[in-house]
Amino acid sequence: MVTNGDGSLSDPLMGSTVAELVARAKAGDQEAFERLVRATHADTYALAYRLTGNEEDASDVLQDTYLRAYRALRRFRGDAAFTTWLYRITANCASTHLARRGRSRHEELSEEVPLADLRPAVDPEAMADAAAERDRVTAALAALPDRLRVVVVLRDIYDLPHEAIAAELGISEAAAKVRLHRARKKLRERLFPTREERHQLEQADAV
Amino acid sequence: MRCEEVSELLPGIMDGVDQANAEVVSHVETCLRCQAELAQYRKLLRVLHQLRAQSLDPPPGLLVEVLAQLSDAAERGAMRSALAGRKLAYLAGLAVAAGAAGAAGAAVILATRGRGGKLPLAS
Repeated sequence: MVTNGDGSLSDPLMGSTVAELVARAKAGDQEAFERLVRATHADTYALAYRLTGNEEDASDVLQDTYLRAYRALRRFRGDAAFTTWLYRITANCASTHLARRGRSRHEELSEEVPLADLRPAVDPEAMADAAAERDRVTAALAALPDRLRVVVVLRDIYDLPHEAIAAELGISEAAAKVRLHRARKKLRERLFPTREERHQLEQADAV
Repeated sequence: MRCEEVSELLPGIMDGVDQANAEVVSHVETCLRCQAELAQYRKLLRVLHQLRAQSLDPPPGLLVEVLAQLSDAAERGAMRSALAGRKLAYLAGLAVAAGAAGAAGAAVILATRGRGGKLPLAS
């Protein structure tokens, strides 16, 4: 699932800059838009995956995102980077998609998600294993309720400003902030459980 | 200040967005438990930042599906504009025909007039 880059598509832009391709695509050049899709789809997919926490929803969101981007391209003014613009559409599509599908898949999934690493946090080997750590955080993210996950992903991974997050999710900035803090708190509790919390998790596992 | 109160504030303070007041700062400086918690938040934030650079492979075939869907959309768009174009052509044709009819009508009138004009001469 996790790799570093996509070697098979060494240069999907084929020498053109993103700005050139955007200009051509806006003028109706279908092939230019396809190249933009090829160049950006892996990043957009990664965001969609982080936002939804699973492959199936991420794939649906990716489809929606590019269709919407294609239709809205004329309105893209180029004052933001193309990828930022695309990220905002992805955020909006994910939010709509998650709201529509409701909680059903989340509940189904949370049983598959591995619980926090129960090894003592002082184990130096466990702490040194950065990849394992990222996987644990990824799993903890996937286990969050949708409305909290979306905010923490956009803010703490993708560095979108509160204003943009609030706009794409259709909530106030204050609400976005409250959700962000709750998400961070839940993640910390899951990743660094206290002795009592760990005990509870172990008991939950044993059932 | 109690640890529970400080603990509620840490998720906002951890990235420096919310300013910690002096009371909170002095509590954290002397409280090992809250220091540990703040360190955990910092670590969480660091790993979250790392995730940004980590790419995830889309499932095989997804790119092809996305491109196919886009080319369908483009085709529908092209069809719509072709139909709109045809409609325009039809309307333009009508206008031309009307114009031609008008011109023909005018010619008939002129011809009639001409004939009319000639008739007195011929008579």
